[in-house]
Amino acid sequence: MAYLRISERLCIGCTECITVCPFAALEMDGDVAKVNDLCTDCGACVESCPVEAIVLDRPESSGGMELDDYRGVWVAVEHFDGEVSHVSLELLGKGRELANELEVPLSALLLSNTSDGLVDDLFAHGADNVHLVENPLFDHYNTDGYVKSAAEIIEKYKPEVILFGATNNGRDFAGALATRLGTGLTADCTGLSIDREHRRLLQTRPAFGGNIMATIICPKHRPQMATVRAKVFPAPEPTKRKGKLIKSETTLIKDDLRTFLREFIATEAGFNIADAKIIVSGGRGVGKPEKFKIIYDLAEALGGAVGASRAAVDAEWIDYPHQVGQTGRTVRPKLYIACGISGAIQHLAGMKTAEYIVAINKDASAPIFDYAHFGIVGDLHEVIPELIRQLK
Amino acid sequence: MHNVVCIKQVPDIANVRIDPKSNTLMREGIPSTTNPFDLYALEAALNLRDEHGGKVTVITMGPPQAEQVLRAAVAMGADEVLLLSDRAFAGADTLATSFVLARAIEKLEPRPELVFTGKQAVDGDTGQVGPGIARRLDWTQLTYAYRIGKSSKGKIEVERLLENGRELLTAELPAVVSVVKDLNAPRLPSLRGLRRSRKIEIPVWGNNELGLDPEEVGLAGSPTQVVKITTPTSELGDGELTEAPPKEAATLLAKWLDDNKVLQS
Repeated sequence: MAYLRISERLCIGCTECITVCPFAALEMDGDVAKVNDLCTDCGACVESCPVEAIVLDRPESSGGMELDDYRGVWVAVEHFDGEVSHVSLELLGKGRELANELEVPLSALLLSNTSDGLVDDLFAHGADNVHLVENPLFDHYNTDGYVKSAAEIIEKYKPEVILFGATNNGRDFAGALATRLGTGLTADCTGLSIDREHRRLLQTRPAFGGNIMATIICPKHRPQMATVRAKVFPAPEPTKRKGKLIKSETTLIKDDLRTFLREFIATEAGFNIADAKIIVSGGRGVGKPEKFKIIYDLAEALGGAVGASRAAVDAEWIDYPHQVGQTGRTVRPKLYIACGISGAIQHLAGMKTAEYIVAINKDASAPIFDYAHFGIVGDLHEVIPELIRQLK
Repeated sequence: MHNVVCIKQVPDIANVRIDPKSNTLMREGIPSTTNPFDLYALEAALNLRDEHGGKVTVITMGPPQAEQVLRAAVAMGADEVLLLSDRAFAGADTLATSFVLARAIEKLEPRPELVFTGKQAVDGDTGQVGPGIARRLDWTQLTYAYRIGKSSKGKIEVERLLENGRELLTAELPAVVSVVKDLNAPRLPSLRGLRRSRKIEIPVWGNNELGLDPEEVGLAGSPTQVVKITTPTSELGDGELTEAPPKEAATLLAKWLDDNKVLQS
């Protein structure tokens, strides 16, 4: 709040700014608006003032980077067991759009112990270039190795934008790398676009538990880094195109690594709820652990996967890998059936981009019905058996 | 062993509501609380102390009222606490935040071996400060930690949670560990802890004590800026809603699925 000023002279007391402020930092002091200690200098009020009485004099973070030296959109590729992760393909799709707007090439950054098969897949999904660092120390993701080598390559080639999948390793990598490079990183973006005038990446993401959407920029530092969750953007269709492979060396040695992988234990074979095309989820409305079976029954009848709200997982009716929502998985199935789920913001955040949403809930005022394409107000324990019967 | 835990005071997200008329946050008395993930981090540090001895210091960067979460930490059993608070630190993004926390950690005595953080804060949701601190201190970074155990001298065993499985790692100390929930059950405050939490004087360090370059802290030290905030408007669909009895409702739904070819691949 050090930098926000409201002109008492200009203020007309319309209270628009008070309405817009997400932090309750503005209040009326007699006839004029006043800012209090809760202000975070976010600037949301500045635009809202019809008489331009609010001024935000942000000190410009110096950066010290020559912005014009930085060109190109990169996607940091995540891969496992010889395959490019789907989120990286999705980011190549989005990256292509951004690269076209900026009129620069799209490159993939690949750190791997072997490039067999991976490089062609990256070209096929739109990469103009693949920057490859091939080294036995990259047989699995590790923070020390990846950050050191990526920093070397980035400082050499200077991309202006780098996108990362917001997976656990992706966030581990991006968080460390952004600090190492002294640049800005925005997590879990749901929207990305370009401000052409300033060559800026506009990064949009939910904040405050999903109650607000914030648009963030990184004006004076490069590269501009962002992580994006899987299933936010669609993957492009692969083509037969080829691109340019650029190999680089790294100064990385074994002694640089401070973590040693003893074993990797895969989760229950094949279960990844994010891959399911049909998901039937149960929430608090199911009522009792033994009654959760009905959700499994409906899922089986539809050939779908079983999901759950946080309430059901916290109550230990089902395990965490089934949890859909902000602190669980984000899913984008063709059909999502929410049973006994009220539709809290945090749950919606994990499933509201599903193509078809059906909700069954006893409470007609449950927020989930605002998002459902088809809603049934009723007892799921009565509706679901009927539905299963009809589907047979 | 000296373990440090970095915690954050956040708005109690679970109890935040949107005013349906104005489509804005209902702001009267939004309660504050300790970031839920941080409780697991604190419990992890307290467990290690209970088993191997040493002390636990809990620190937070925030406005003066952030001292509430430090008192709550004392009630749970933290040995020492420290509040990093200064107007100059305000408005910080994750880069500036990790900078202040790391520099403060470097000044703690005796030299800590482990810094714990929660996986992410429920207001910012970035999960970036833990890695940022690790980078600044040049310590080993371990995120999404699900199990932590002591190993041979100078090392710890950590299990990291990934989307498709778990990694069992041996890692060199000193390290910064970000923990996921459910790796333990955070203990309740003890009576003794509560009494101590009411009496304890909370040390506060500002930039006078830390002596940091003002260009690198707070808003000035933040490469990212929020330029716009909106309340997500209607992704509200024009859905169909029925209150028909179960049998009829099921029939209507089955027909709707058929009409829209939802179940066809």
